Amino acid sequence: MAKIEKTPETKASEKMVVKSNEMDPRFKYEISEIPGAEKVMLCFQCGTCTADCPISRFDEFYRPRKLIRMTQLGLKDKLLSNDVIWLCSTCFTCIDHCPQDVGIASIVRALRNLTVERGRMPGIYKEQASNILKTGYAYVISDLRLKKRQEKGLPSLPKANLEGVAKLFDVTGFSKTLEKGEDAK
Amino acid sequence: MTELKYLLFLGCVIPYRLPSFEISTRRVLDKLGVELVEMPEFNCCGFPLDPVNHDMMLTLAARNLCLAEQQNLNIITLCNGCFGILNHVNKELKEDKKIKEKVNGYLKEIGMEFKGTITVKHLIHVLAEDVGFEKIKETVQKPLNQLRVAQHSGCHVVRPAKYIGFEDPENPTTLKKLIQVTGAKCLDYMDEPECCGAPIVGVNDKIPLQLAREKLDHIKAVGAQAMITCCPYCHIMYDLNQPRIERAFNEKFGIPVLHYPQLLGLAMGIAPEELALKDLRVDATKILNICS
Repeated sequence: MAKIEKTPETKASEKMVVKSNEMDPRFKYEISEIPGAEKVMLCFQCGTCTADCPISRFDEFYRPRKLIRMTQLGLKDKLLSNDVIWLCSTCFTCIDHCPQDVGIASIVRALRNLTVERGRMPGIYKEQASNILKTGYAYVISDLRLKKRQEKGLPSLPKANLEGVAKLFDVTGFSKTLEKGEDAK
Repeated sequence: MTELKYLLFLGCVIPYRLPSFEISTRRVLDKLGVELVEMPEFNCCGFPLDPVNHDMMLTLAARNLCLAEQQNLNIITLCNGCFGILNHVNKELKEDKKIKEKVNGYLKEIGMEFKGTITVKHLIHVLAEDVGFEKIKETVQKPLNQLRVAQHSGCHVVRPAKYIGFEDPENPTTLKKLIQVTGAKCLDYMDEPECCGAPIVGVNDKIPLQLAREKLDHIKAVGAQAMITCCPYCHIMYDLNQPRIERAFNEKFGIPVLHYPQLLGLAMGIAPEELALKDLRVDATKILNICS
């Protein structure tokens, strides 16, 4: 007979115990005001999103179903300090498969945006945002590469309107967020 | 008949890392009589800013759409990421008055206004829908009948279905049909619509490599001689990162990854040098031998 391996019991300290004083009952309403995240309360926890999520197969903590339930429960601080939310690869499989049309990836995006507003942003996003501000493009394209374009007979890359881009960073309030952001994972 | 004239939205990653995609696309579209108009200026589509500030993404994308509206031309993109964002924002602003007002409020500060007069298409949509399979077939001079390949369309050209709706995201067939027109056989393999993982590179590099390795495994298992992509990010994951994946998992793949226009170009009889095949990280010589 095949030997059945016993799963080691999760230590009490590793279990996520939900405490009522950590729940912010207004959080789900706050989230449902954000475009794309309106249907957060319609999730009935079937778990299709997690079952079909490519990231969940390779990461033991990233579970979209769980993130939505935590949002419904109002575990705001736990969610907005958890680096796991940065693992969504925006493949949008969860959005297409959800039987309740919850828009899971958009809710994860909303959680990320709120985390950034609090001043936590992964370094890679900060770098790309600064690149856009400096050059108009997400990457700094070196003079050597621009010269190579010419050698290959490609038309020269237009210069972006940096004044316009910078103005938009200001009017959306993103410039200020960018200044205060400390690095998340 | 649709006029085959588009404004080319090149995006950032193609000029930064993959001129081979641009070179082969220009060559092939020229042969098909598709006119590409250069943008006098543009900025990042907005994709990398959605995770950090949704409004900023909407506004940057809308700014690009306004530039296209000024030219009165529809946009063609080569990158799935640019297509996903620009198409989504274009449709959302056309449909949702409240969001449009908000974004136009920002754009007013730089003297621009989104009107909603153009459409956004990805290269494979232009080829399949506007150019048409018949016309492409007419340009095929050297059918690649000996070649067996696997396709990877990527995510943002098919999902979310609500905003794209071009084909069934569970079984995307556009790229497959475009491959079959060249005479090459397009093989089915496991988990075809699965993501390449590229969007989280920089946050976590391990998972994208695992995802890419799995896909290469599935493709190797069915005996594909090459992989065909239509997105620069997916291409980076499978071509540029292939040696890294081989080292990390102690496996050997050696699967050349071609941009779709490179494959089509070969079938049209265009010289490999003109399609920048030498720029690929994984040597494609064996593909050229099969094709000739």
